Order: sequence, then C-alpha cells, then structure tokens
Amino acid sequence: MKPLTRLLLIIVVTALGLFFVLPLLWYVFAPFNEHARLSVSIPETPSLANFAEVFSDEMAMRGLLINSPIIGIGTMVIATVSAALAAYGLSRSNLPGRQLWTYVLILFSSVVTGTASMVPIFRLVYDLGLINSHVGVILSMTGGLIPSAIFIMQDFVEGVPRSYEEAAMVAGASPLQIFRDVTFPLIRPGLMVVGIWVLIHAWGTFLTPFILLRGIEKLPASVMFYRFFDPEGSPRITLIAAYAIIYTLPVLLLYLIINWRYGFRFFGGIKQ
Amino acid sequence: MASVSLSNLTKTFGAVNAVAGIDLNIADGEFVALLGPSGCGKTTTLRMISGLEIPTAGVVRIGDRDVTDLPPRDRDVAMVFQDYALYPHMTIDENIGYPLRVRGVAKGERSQRVSEVAKNLQIGELLDRRPGQLSGGQQQRTALARAVIHNAQVFLFDEPLSNLDAKLRLEARAFLKHLQREVAVTGVYVTHDQSEAMALADRIVIMNAGRIMQVGTPLEIYRRPANTFVATFIGNPPMNLLPCTLDTAARKLVIAGKYPINAESFNLPKASPGETLLLGIRPEHIRIETQATPDGFPGDVYVDQILGSESLIILHVGEHLVSVRLFGDDFPQLPPNVWLVPDSTRAFFYRESGEVAE
Amino acid sequence: MFILPALIFVAVFLIYPFFSIFAMSFTNQTLVGAGAANTQFIGLDNYAELFNFDRWMRRGELGYSLLLTAQFVIGSALIGQAGLGMLLATLFHNRKGLLRETIFTIAIAAWLIPDVVVAFGWFAYLAPDGTLNAFLNTLGIQGQDWLFDYPMISIIAFNTWRGTAFSMLLFSSALGSIPPSQLETADVIGANAWQKFRDILLPQLSRYILTDLLLITLWTFNTFTPFLLTGGGPTFQTDLISIYTYRTGLQFFQFGKGSAIAVVVMIINLLLAGVYLTLSQSRRRA
Ligand SMILES: Nc1ncnc2c1ncn2[C@@H]1O[C@H](COP(=O)(O)OP(=O)(O)O)[C@@H](O)[C@H]1O
Ligand SMILES: [Mg+2]
Repeated sequence: MKPLTRLLLIIVVTALGLFFVLPLLWYVFAPFNEHARLSVSIPETPSLANFAEVFSDEMAMRGLLINSPIIGIGTMVIATVSAALAAYGLSRSNLPGRQLWTYVLILFSSVVTGTASMVPIFRLVYDLGLINSHVGVILSMTGGLIPSAIFIMQDFVEGVPRSYEEAAMVAGASPLQIFRDVTFPLIRPGLMVVGIWVLIHAWGTFLTPFILLRGIEKLPASVMFYRFFDPEGSPRITLIAAYAIIYTLPVLLLYLIINWRYGFRFFGGIKQ
Repeated sequence: MASVSLSNLTKTFGAVNAVAGIDLNIADGEFVALLGPSGCGKTTTLRMISGLEIPTAGVVRIGDRDVTDLPPRDRDVAMVFQDYALYPHMTIDENIGYPLRVRGVAKGERSQRVSEVAKNLQIGELLDRRPGQLSGGQQQRTALARAVIHNAQVFLFDEPLSNLDAKLRLEARAFLKHLQREVAVTGVYVTHDQSEAMALADRIVIMNAGRIMQVGTPLEIYRRPANTFVATFIGNPPMNLLPCTLDTAARKLVIAGKYPINAESFNLPKASPGETLLLGIRPEHIRIETQATPDGFPGDVYVDQILGSESLIILHVGEHLVSVRLFGDDFPQLPPNVWLVPDSTRAFFYRESGEVAE
Repeated sequence: MFILPALIFVAVFLIYPFFSIFAMSFTNQTLVGAGAANTQFIGLDNYAELFNFDRWMRRGELGYSLLLTAQFVIGSALIGQAGLGMLLATLFHNRKGLLRETIFTIAIAAWLIPDVVVAFGWFAYLAPDGTLNAFLNTLGIQGQDWLFDYPMISIIAFNTWRGTAFSMLLFSSALGSIPPSQLETADVIGANAWQKFRDILLPQLSRYILTDLLLITLWTFNTFTPFLLTGGGPTFQTDLISIYTYRTGLQFFQFGKGSAIAVVVMIINLLLAGVYLTLSQSRRRA
C-alpha cells in the first residue's frame, strides 16, 4: 500500500473510532464520580456512592428489578413462541413465496409503527381497559416485534432440513416426539437469538410504556429514568449516570452471550 | 418382511405430473431398484411408499394391508435418506437407537441392539461421537444402521450412495450387496446410477417422466431393452441407433439410407415396405474390419480413446456417430476408413415410435 | 394452524390500527372534552386544517414538520447510516482483529443500548461543557452549544451514530457472501481498491442496498427517540413528523387530528416503499 493511502486510511479509521466512542465516554467515568457534571472528567477518588443512592431509591429499583423484567420477559416469551410457531408453520407449508410474505409483513410493520400507530393502539388498549397494565404494554410490543422475529427465526428454521423430521416420522415417532426430540433441539439457537433480540428491544423501548402506563409503580426502567429529573426538568446527573449503567448492563451482557454462542446473525438473509 | 404392491399410483404437484400411474408388484424378500434420470419421479414414488407423500390417486399395499392413507409410523418401513438425515445433536448411539426409543424399547435392550448392529456395520467404535465427526462413509453406515435396527417390513433407500466419492461408493455398494444377501430384505432402492442398480437389484424398474418404461432383471434389461429409451439409458456408452430399411427382395439391410449389408443372419422384424426402422447395436457388439465386407458398412474414424482395459472408437457413418468398444489393451492401428460389422445375434430393431419391433 | 397466534397479533396490532387510523381521521374524537362524549364524523376537516397552505409551513405545522423530517431522513439515514455502514463494512471486509472487533462492538452497542440511555448520553456529550466541546478545545476549535444552536445537525449525528450498526451488519454479511475468489481474480487482473469496490462489490450489493435504504428510511421516518434529546425544540426546530404526531394525538389527545397526521405519514411511507420496490424490481429485470 502506498504511504499516502495508508495515512488516509489511518485518519479515516481514527475519525470513525472517535465518532463512535466519544459519545459513550461520559458513561465510563460519571457513574463513579460523586460530583459528576455534564463535562467528562476522571474522578479523583472513584466511588460507588452514586450506585448506593440509586439502590436505596425503592421506586427506581422497582422499575429495574420488577417492571422491566415483567415487560421484557413477558414480551420475549409471547413473541418468541408465536414467531417460532409461525416460522415453523410457514417453512413446512407449501405456501409459495413465503419469504416474500414475511418481507411484506416487515415492511408493513415498519409503516404502521412509532407514533403513527400509537394513537389507535392507545385507543385500543384504552377500550380493552388495559391502560396502566403491563399486559397492555406486552401485547402491543409483541405485535410490533413479531414480523421481524418471524423473519430472523425463518433463517434458522429453514436451515433445518426437512429430512430430519421425515426420518423421525419413518422411524415411527409421533408428532409430539418429533417436536421434542428433533425440531426443538435443532431450532434452539434460533429461539435463543430471537428471544434475546426481543428482550433487548422490549427492555429498551421507551415510547410504548411511556404512553400506555400511568402509575409510577408500574413504570419500567426506561420511563422511570425520568424520575431523576427535578420537577423543573433539570437532571440529577450523578444518579442518572449510575442508573443508566445498571439499566444497560443486562443488554450488553445478553448481546455478548449471543454473539459468543451463536454469532450475531441479524438479518443475514435479507435479500430482495 | 413383506411384499409391496403399487397400483395406478399417481402424484401431481400443481401442474407437474411427478408420478403418472404406476403398477408394480415387489415380492417378499425382493430387492428392486428404481432407475431413471433425475426428475423422473423416483423419489416421489419412494416417498409414497414410506407415507411421507400422500398419493393423488392409486393404492399402496404392504403385505396384505392397504396403507395408502396411513402415516409413516404405522407402516413399519425404514428409510435411508440421500443426505442421511443424521441428527447433529445426538450421538451416533442415540441416532441409531432412535427408532427403538420412540417404540419404547427399554434402555438396556436398546444399547445391546445398537452395539450389535453397529458392530456389524463396522462403526462399533464410533458410538460416542456425533455425526459431524464422522467421515462420509461412516455417516452413510450410521444411516444404514438406523434403518436396519428395527426389523422393518420394507427398506427404502433414496440414492444412499450419491454423496460418497467414487472409491467409497464402490466399497459401500459391495457392502450393501453383502448385507442384502445375508438378510434378504424387501427393499426399494432409488438411484440414477445404472451400474449401482445393475449390481444391487434383483429387478430393475426403469422410469421416465413419471412412468415405468420397463421392468426386468438386470440381464433382461441389458439384453432386451423394450424401447429406445431403455436402450439408450442402459449401457455406457449408450447403444447405437442407426436408421435402416429392409430390402426384402435382395435380402439386404440398408443402413443410413445408403449402405446395404447382408441381412441373412439377422432376426428381422415384420415391417411394412419402405418403413424406416432403427437398428440398435451396442458399442461392444460391433467388429471393425479394415477391408470392405458385405456384412459391414463403412465408417470414418473420428476420435479414439484408449482407456486401459478397453478402447472406445467413435466413427462417422453418413451423418451419424457410432461408437465401438474394443476390449483388451492391444489397441490396433486403424486406417481412417474402416468397415463396421454388427453382431447380428445382438442387434435389435425399433420402430420410429420407440417400441421394439418383432 | 401454527401461524395462528402470530396472525392474531399482526391483525390486532398492525392491521387493525392501520384501518382504524383511517376511520378516526374523519372524526373529531378526543380523549376528554366535547369530542370524547360525542364523537362526530367531520369529513375532511382534519385534513383541511393540516393542509391549510396559508400556514402549513409555519413552525409547528405539518408542512414545516415534513420538511424537517425529509432533512433528517436524508441526512441521518441515507447519507449517515447507509454511507457509514457501507464504509465500515468495506473497510473491514475480509479483515479480522482487534480494531474491527472494537469498532463493530461499539457500533452495535450504540444500536442496542436503551433509548433513554443513549439520549441522555448524547445530551451530556453535546452540552456546552460536554465531551465534544472538550475534545474540540484540545484541537483548538471553539466549542458550541450544539443542541441549542445546531439542533438539526445534532439529531442527525445522533441518529447516524445510533443506527449505523444495522446497515453495517447487513452490508458486511452481504459482502461475506461474495466469494473471495472474485476479488482475488480482480487482484490478479490488477484492479485497484476503488475499481474493485465499484465493479465487483457494488453491483452485487445493489439489492441489499435497496433493502437497507428502504428499511432505514421507514425506521428513521418514524423514530421518536430524538424527542428524548431535544423534545422537538428549540422552537420546533426539530419537530419531526413523529414528534408532531405525538404532540397532537397523545399529548393533547386530539385523536381525530392525530390520526389524520398518521394517515399522511403512512401514505408517505407506503409511497416510499412503493418507489423502492419498483426500483428493485426494475433492477432485477434489467
Ligand atoms: N414437493 C414438490 N413440489 C412440487 N414439485 C415437486 C415436489 N417434489 C417433486 N416435485 C417434482 O416432481 C418431479 C419428480 O421429482 P422426484 O420424484 O424428486 O424425481 P427424482 O427423484 O426421480 O429425481 C420433478 O419434476 C419435481 O420437480
Ligand atoms: Mg430424487
């Protein structure tokens, strides 16, 4: 490589690295700084005092340890099971162009999304009497996530040759036995990846719980976050930094787990 | 063991007529090969016998039971898939024992039978491994072991050797033949490889476009192909087909419209005057002469290939290509123009419709 | 039968809202007040109000909001996310090592970290005494009050940072499916890096690029997260269409008018999808 090209390459890569790293730098130091402000500074004496104060805030912890897990895991279970069943059903049916159908579904879900769909979903949930209930949040999020979940799942299900199940059929297995002994173990990586993907989304989403929940005792961490703003809107920076770290950690851990176990197979199959 | 009988078996996929009305009886203990080009409906036929595919019309019987509408597990069949379909998440032991497990055979008896079968198939040492850790040949034998472990009524094979390389394939073929001699199972064996079918089967069923073209023992099929499809499908290189007419008055056979040869020793069919027939003659049943002879027609050497124990000569006869196979490794020096003498006792005549002419 | 549960969710939470938005947009429904007790069909009144061309380009109105959204989508999705994603994917194509792992991991983290956390992180980053200005100062550049003086540029940078990982992953897995022998052949022929990119990679990536552009356009069009950074301000300068919809429908609970905006949004989305699909079809035929 010519020296000039090399230099150019180094500059570009450095700039890209800085672009992605700098915005997160603050979170590396602020949580451990008792006197953190918006400026980034390395604390002279790192302390866990911010964490201690967050841990002693009962409502904040309730959001983190009870409400967010209920919503996250509830959405994960329902969305993953329905998506897996649908992907399985689609792949084993003779429906022509089944990949295309999920693609259309994803497009449609990308059109009917965000604030545009929140108005009727709010009214629907309101009419069902599910405002301020976790069930309402779980069901609405599931609805939005299912198309992509099916899509990711299809990649895994289609990777399981049909002859595996046929061999079991000929060997004399009942449909239940086939599912238990053959299909389930083979699509387990898919279930894990989709499950964690859904969990990460449900865990991080702000808009849906923000709109559908009212009582502070029901709020997940994403909305509870704003508890650390004074009534006039100014943030209590030290606590926000600490809370954000605790709130984010599970997401990063989950990502590392699937990346390490299964490789990060997101939308690997999108074509069109 | 049991017999299998198919009557008017039919399967259509949308507009595709995959299997178009097949009648076939397979005797108890008989090993039958379904042979035909890719896409001719062999796999579909096999899958209808196994119950993986429900026929559009027709009846499948195993023994004296009508099993047409039964699911696979009520048919008591065993099948070896083309890709083996070994479960990657189970050990070899668990893979082979799976048919027993779903039948509720107790663990002790199961592992005893697995090790017995595995030993027979020379994979006894591999039971703790997983399929991914086995060579192609070992995987193939594992699949075979899983099929033979429960004494099914009928064994079905869908191109079980096609994923092996040439050397392993010959070994596995010998192995299968040995097994089949020993156990005398009722088997249906799908393949597109004629030498495999010839080597293994008691009878061969030749299929094309969803229909049966001929059924017979390997020798019958080789010696008396019932039509031009079978004639050109069996044999390598395929049988030569040359248009010819009969000159009854002069007792001559006119080849390619211009080369009359002596017809006396041929077993001539009935033919209307002037009707064009096809003379079918295998490459190994043609003699090459360097001098003109009333029994032969002229040909120009186009290419020759020396293959070791035999040689293959391809010649132009008029505008047709004719191949001749010579055995032995003393390859003769041929002049460019030679005369070809067909062995009249091994010649066939076909009508233009493709049917054999008698 | 297996498909049933998913079908129910799709029907209730995607298809039903789609049609119900249409129906609601012709009414004067509100959550409280007169429109709540006594909802009336008011025909195209909501639309007439939205498309009142005398005032629709004023701050806080539909036309202005659409214009901002267009800037936002072009800047952060088409140029930012797709461009950076392509750059990263090609730069690190067929390369392994710590640098690639680090940059990819941080980009993916930026994509996965919860909305509120990244929003506040950027709030701190862009603050007058924040990390960015501190960094610029060390380079001898005068800092700015970014969120106040350059709100649109700020949210464009933010959304680029947030969403690049998707395009990057998509392109890099697409690149991975191109056999290395093709690039090696080009090496033997003597093509340079840019020629290899233009003549070999780009043509084979085109259908992935279209898919990517389509999805990220729609997602960026509908994203609500910038609200967490700027609240739509200052003085409506980042009043994206999603925020406008939120204000009208869910803050002031004017369901009828909010739905009318949502209908406009969905129609634009469908048109965009239509354009991309037509493009990809004509590409495929060509
Ligand atoms: N599930 C199916 N759907 C549609 N067409 C099929 C299906 N299975 C087989 N076919 C068609 O039926 C014909 C016969 O196929 P097959 O029995 O697999 O042939 P073979 O095994 O002889 O190669 C082919 O034309 C094939 O394309
Ligand atoms: Mg086949």
